Amino acid sequence: MTSSLLLQLIINGLIIGTLYGVVGMCFVLIYKASQVVNFAQGEFLLIGAWTCWYLMTAWQIPFIWGFLFSIAFMMLFGLALQMLVLRPLIGEPIISVIMVTIGLSIFFQALMKWMFGTFAQPFPPIFPVAKVEILGLQVQSAYLMSTGVSLAIMAGFAWFFKYSRVGLAMRATAFSQQVAQSLGISVRQMFALSWGISAAVSAVAGVVVGIVNGVSSALSYFGIKVFPAVILGGLDSIFGAVVGGLIIGVLENVAHYFDSQFLHWGNLYEIVPFYALIVILMIKPYGLFGTRDIERV
Amino acid sequence: MATDTLRPCGDYRSSYRADQTLFTTRLTLACCVAGVVLLALAPLVLSSYLVSLLIQIGYLGIAALGLNILVGFSGQISIGHAVFYGFGGFASAFLAEHGVPVPLAIILAGLWTTVVGLLFGLPAARVKGLYLAIATLAAQFILQDFFVRAAWFTGGSSGAVAAPFTILGFDFSGDARYFYVVLVFFVVLYVGAANLMRSRDGRALIAVRDHYLSAEMMGVNLTKYRTMAFGISSFYAGIAGALYAHYIGYMSVEGLDILFSIQFLAMIIIGGLGSVMGSLLGTIFMVLLPELTGALAGALQGSAIDQALHLKDGITYLREMLIGAVIILFLIFEPDGLAHRWRQIKAYWKLYPFSY
Repeated sequence: MTSSLLLQLIINGLIIGTLYGVVGMCFVLIYKASQVVNFAQGEFLLIGAWTCWYLMTAWQIPFIWGFLFSIAFMMLFGLALQMLVLRPLIGEPIISVIMVTIGLSIFFQALMKWMFGTFAQPFPPIFPVAKVEILGLQVQSAYLMSTGVSLAIMAGFAWFFKYSRVGLAMRATAFSQQVAQSLGISVRQMFALSWGISAAVSAVAGVVVGIVNGVSSALSYFGIKVFPAVILGGLDSIFGAVVGGLIIGVLENVAHYFDSQFLHWGNLYEIVPFYALIVILMIKPYGLFGTRDIERV
Repeated sequence: MATDTLRPCGDYRSSYRADQTLFTTRLTLACCVAGVVLLALAPLVLSSYLVSLLIQIGYLGIAALGLNILVGFSGQISIGHAVFYGFGGFASAFLAEHGVPVPLAIILAGLWTTVVGLLFGLPAARVKGLYLAIATLAAQFILQDFFVRAAWFTGGSSGAVAAPFTILGFDFSGDARYFYVVLVFFVVLYVGAANLMRSRDGRALIAVRDHYLSAEMMGVNLTKYRTMAFGISSFYAGIAGALYAHYIGYMSVEGLDILFSIQFLAMIIIGGLGSVMGSLLGTIFMVLLPELTGALAGALQGSAIDQALHLKDGITYLREMLIGAVIILFLIFEPDGLAHRWRQIKAYWKLYPFSY
């Protein structure tokens, strides 16, 4: 019984972990392209999920259109945010930039609470069957979809950065802004685009989580949970974000297992990633795949 | 960020001593003393509600100054100031419960919080900038979780009772009397901070902020000063939390969330990073902001705007949004905060009508 519970929890961890990985990738995308640590990543999930939910419940739009519309909306939202709020701060000290994203985070979180209330709202049912049995384990079809979507996004990112022109331009910008500019890449556009893509992809993750757990302001907690994942993987490694996300997802659930079976402290799985975060920062602050900052004078 | 960016021309100083004095002219000294005296008279004339606001400004201002020493003067960032504030409150309540006299308990609570702050500040010795921000974010969640768990220390979810403030049997409870307690701590800690900044240690902190490599080459011990800034900031937060606990008579986990930490950050951004007086100005702004929104919502009650926006239910969210918006707007349009504006006004009048 207990070992099957453990297995179930590890699978849950992997499913949640892929979602952490996706949000982590979005986070790293912004950091790599524009050197901004985005504390408002969770709000992207939140706003995306609420948009989709609103379209589906208030306007009775079919899921797929609502989904696509909210992605498009978040793309524009990300672009607008970068242009209006982050662009004036280019060149400011890192503390200011961090604090602006924190300000954005509270602002939008409160706005969403105001507009939609504090209670979790369930998505209208989307799948014909709620649960599917795979290898003798009950898996919610929403989870199955979430894993599918996450893997698709990861594959899409890999293709985008390896082969597409814009993706390459973005990598060049991340490598060196001066060199990129001298090759005719518009760094301003790349900055804005990275925010747009990041917001849009986060919205996908937000909708997926919303389908599973219902939409509520708890979604924005994802944006904070993503920190342990990206620090573990290395702040500027997209691949690292995925690996870190998976590890943190599994770690959470294994902690949950030990907690429920042996320790009975309660709530341990919520806090374990932060202990892990402190330990990582103490031992290996640049993470598994991150590049070490070397400062020259 | 620097303190003396806007010195009007013609204002020369010919010795280091003159450059470093706490009060630049006799008039500023007189103004400060007069301000304190006026404040000391305040409870006699002001209503109890206004005095309670002043008390609130007092203890929050102390905590904000602590954060400003960390963020504004030493260039590090902490997103977990509220939990240190909370720790001070719980520690003082805990000590007072175990027989320590309250005035002593407040100071001991400050020292105890310093130790905890140093513990979490240890990563500061290794990492900096955004890594430190993330480490303090983790501290916020870990300590918040600890408060809920450690029922022996914090009374769990029901909270801890803090004994009233008494000296030699004289009871300082009640707004009008407790005001003087806060005022004493406030003046001592503010003068202390202003004094620190003109000492060798204070200059070292600023050097670390401005260019840490150069500072290190000049013989400033980076690890020492970074952790020291954390310690001082936690001390201020702890004292402020303890003052709050003994004022309310009760300390609970509720409200020590990340939003409160961000409010402290908002105070120092609004007031001006790296300015002692800015910490106070920012605190006044942030304490009055909810009052203003409350008054505004009250004025609009029943009108069309009220009906459309559900102002009554949304007022808490409106306040949170305002905090966020104020942080963003100040950082974009007035990154040096109110303190900078104040210096500009002073310089303007000093040179009026010829501004050069």
